Amino acid sequence: MTPRSRLHVPAPPARPGQEPDFSYVQISPAGAVNRPDVTAAVRDIEYLSDGLVRVLDEGHRAVGPWDPHLDAAELQVALRHMLLTRLFDDRMQKIQRQGRISFYIKSTGEEAVAVGAGMALQPGDMLFPSYRQQGLHVVRGRNLVELMCQCLSNTHDMCKGRQMPIMYHWGKGNIFSISGNLATQFPQAVGWAMAAAIKGEDHIAASWIGEGSSAEADFHYAMTFAAVYQAPVILNLVNNQWAISTFQGFAGGERRTFAQRGPGYGIPGLRVDGNDFLAVYAVTQWAAQRARQSGGATLIEHVTYRAAAHSTSDDPSRYRPKEEWRAWPLGDPVTRLKAHLIALGEWSEERHSDLHKELEAHVTACWKEAESYGTLTGGPSLDPLTMFEDVFKEMPANLVQQREELRALRAAQPAAAPAAPSVAQEG
Amino acid sequence: MARMNMVQALNSAMDVMLGRDPRVVVLGEDVGYFGGVFRVTDGLQRKYGEHRVLDTPIAEGGIIAAAIGMGSNGLKPVAEIQFADYIYPGFDQVVSELARLRYRTAGEFYAPVTIRTPCGGGIRGGQTHSQSPEAIFTHVCGIKVVMPSNPYDAKGLLISSIEDDDPVVFFEPKRIYNGPFDGDPHKPAVPWSGHPRGEVPDGHYNVPIGKAEVVREGKDVTVLTYGTMVHVVEAAVRGLGIDAEIVDVRTMAPLDVDTLCTSVCKTGRCVVVHEATRFNGYGAELVATVQEHCFWNLEAPVQRVTGWDTPYPHAFEWDYFPGQARIAAALKHVLEAA
Repeated sequence: MTPRSRLHVPAPPARPGQEPDFSYVQISPAGAVNRPDVTAAVRDIEYLSDGLVRVLDEGHRAVGPWDPHLDAAELQVALRHMLLTRLFDDRMQKIQRQGRISFYIKSTGEEAVAVGAGMALQPGDMLFPSYRQQGLHVVRGRNLVELMCQCLSNTHDMCKGRQMPIMYHWGKGNIFSISGNLATQFPQAVGWAMAAAIKGEDHIAASWIGEGSSAEADFHYAMTFAAVYQAPVILNLVNNQWAISTFQGFAGGERRTFAQRGPGYGIPGLRVDGNDFLAVYAVTQWAAQRARQSGGATLIEHVTYRAAAHSTSDDPSRYRPKEEWRAWPLGDPVTRLKAHLIALGEWSEERHSDLHKELEAHVTACWKEAESYGTLTGGPSLDPLTMFEDVFKEMPANLVQQREELRALRAAQPAAAPAAPSVAQEG
Repeated sequence: MARMNMVQALNSAMDVMLGRDPRVVVLGEDVGYFGGVFRVTDGLQRKYGEHRVLDTPIAEGGIIAAAIGMGSNGLKPVAEIQFADYIYPGFDQVVSELARLRYRTAGEFYAPVTIRTPCGGGIRGGQTHSQSPEAIFTHVCGIKVVMPSNPYDAKGLLISSIEDDDPVVFFEPKRIYNGPFDGDPHKPAVPWSGHPRGEVPDGHYNVPIGKAEVVREGKDVTVLTYGTMVHVVEAAVRGLGIDAEIVDVRTMAPLDVDTLCTSVCKTGRCVVVHEATRFNGYGAELVATVQEHCFWNLEAPVQRVTGWDTPYPHAFEWDYFPGQARIAAALKHVLEAA
C-alpha cells in the first residue's frame, strides 16, 4: 500500500446518548503549580501553560503558592457577585422563554471567570469582554435595571434599541461595547493598552475571547501586537469546551493547550482552573502586576465548561450528552466557593439560602422597574427617528433627509394626520 | 506658502497635527524609521519619537484594530495602509467595528481614526497595487470617504480628517503624488511646482470634508470626477476645446449633492469619470443622484467613463486606464445628443 494523506476531522469524546468523557482535560492537583515572580522571563515559565493553576482543593481549603489570601469579607462579596450573576441569568432566560425579550446568553458555570478577574483588576482598568462575561458588570456595581433595559430595547436602553440583547457597554464603568462580531475586541484591547502606555498612564486593559473564536485572525493580531509592543494587557481565553456545537478540538485544542500559544508569541501563557474563583483571582492579579511593571501582556486560558446552552437559540442536547455538565471534573464555581467559605466557618447553608432569597427579590424588583420603562410589546417606546442619530457625530444631509421621510411616513399613518410635506426636490 | 508635491503636503499635514495635538499618533507598516514606502511619513518619527510614530507588524487587521483601541482611549490615530489593495484583511474592523462603534453605543464610545491609503493605478502595479476601492467603503454607514486631487486639498483635507471625531478613510491617488498626470504616460512627468494647487501653506488650515469643488467653470456639460481623473478630464476638455464644468467631488461620503446637482442642472449634461471599475462603482451613485435631482434639466443620458470591469492588468494598464480618448468620446457623445 502506498501511504496517502488523510484528513483528521476532530470529534468530541461523547455525543448525545454516550457517556461523558473528560479524560482529555489535564488537571494538576490544587497547589501543585509553582508561582513565579511577576518579572520572570517567558522562557522560564512555560510550565504555566501546561499545568493548571488551582487553589481550592478537594477538602475546600485554599492551598499552595497561588492562594491570594483574601479575607472572608472579600470572599463573601465574590460569592454574592457570582450568585447574583447566576440568578440574573436564570431570570433573563425565563423571561426570554416567555417571549418578553428576543434573545439571551447565560454564563452559567463560568461566573468565576468574569467575577474573579473583575475583582482582581482596578476600576480604571478597561475591560473588553465577549458576550459571556456579564459578571464584570456585576462586579463593577452596574444597576441590573440598565442591563435589563438593554435587553428590552426600551426607553432606558443604553444602546437606544440598536443592539440585540446582552450587547452591553458602560463608559463610566470602563467596560467596552460588545460588538456581536466575535474576536474583534481582542486586538482593540491591545490598542487601548498601547494608548495607555503612550500616555504614560498605569491603567491596563483586559479582554476575553472564547476558545472557539480564537481561531479568528483577530486573536493572532492581538497576540502579535501585544508581544511586539509588550502592551499592558491581559488576554483571557475562555476555554468552555464548546463553541455552539463544535468542541474545543475544532479550535485547535487537541494536541496543545490554548495557553501554550502564549510562549509561541513570546507572552506568558497561564492555564487556570476557571471554576476556581481564587485561582482566577490569583492569576489575574499576577498578570496585572506584571503588566503594570512594563512586563507586558499575559495570555490566560480559563479551563471551564459551558454548562448552559450557547444561547436561547441553541439546543445542546442535539450535539452533546444531556448531563455532560454533571461530569465536568472541575465542578461548579458557585458551589466550590460556597463550600470553601463554609469550611472556613464564614458561611452556612442558612446564610446562603438567605442570600439566594435576597438576590432573587432584588432581581425581581429590578425587572419590575425595567419593564416600567417599556417592554417589547408595550410602551413607552423609543422614538424610531432616533435611528438616524449617532451614525456620525453630526448628522449629514442625506440622513437628515431620510429622517424627515420617515417622520412624514409615520405622521401619515393615523387617518387624521396632516399630509406629509413633499421631500422631493425640483431639478 | 511653499511649493509642495502631494507627498510633502500630506507629510506637512501630519507634522502640523502631531505638533499641535499630543493625542495624534501615526502608525503603519514602514512609517516610522524608514518614513513610508512613498515617503509620506518621512522624518516624523525622528521629530516626534517612536511612541508617536510607530512601525507596526504587517497585519492590516491588527493596525486598524489597534487604532480603534487607541481611538477609544483618547488618542487620534492616523493609520497608514501601505496600499489600498492591502486593506481587506482590516475590512471587518472597519465595517463592523470602526464604522459602528458610535452607533451601537449611542455615542458613548467612538474612535476618531483616520486611515490613509494610496490608491489607483498607472504605476505598473498590476492587480494588487492599483485598485481604487472607494465605492466599497462608501457603502458602509458611519465612515467618511475622502480623495484629494492636489497638494493643497490633500493637506487641508487630511488635517480636517484627523480633527474629525468620526472615522475617515482617506484615499491618496498615488499616480499624482509627484505631479498632476494628464493620462498620457508617454509625456514627460510634470511636477506640482508649476500647478497653482502646488502652493501650500506651511501651517494649519482646513479644507472641509463633505464639500465638492468646481475646478473649472463652464456651461456645456458637467464632469463629475475625483482624484487622478480630475487632471485627465481637464486635459480632455482642453483638447476638445469645449466649455465644460468640472467638479472635483473630493469627498465621496458624505456627498455634496448641492454643488454637484447645481452644476448639472445648469449645464443639462453630465459625464461621470472615475478610475475604478464600472459595475456598481461610485459613478453609479453619482448617476443615480443626478437622475433624482436633475432629471427634468437633462438634455442627454448621463455617461460613465471608468476602468473596465476586470482586475487592473499589469501589461495593459494604458488600455485599462480611462484616458483622454475615452473621456473625449463620452463628452462628444453627450454634447451631440439632441
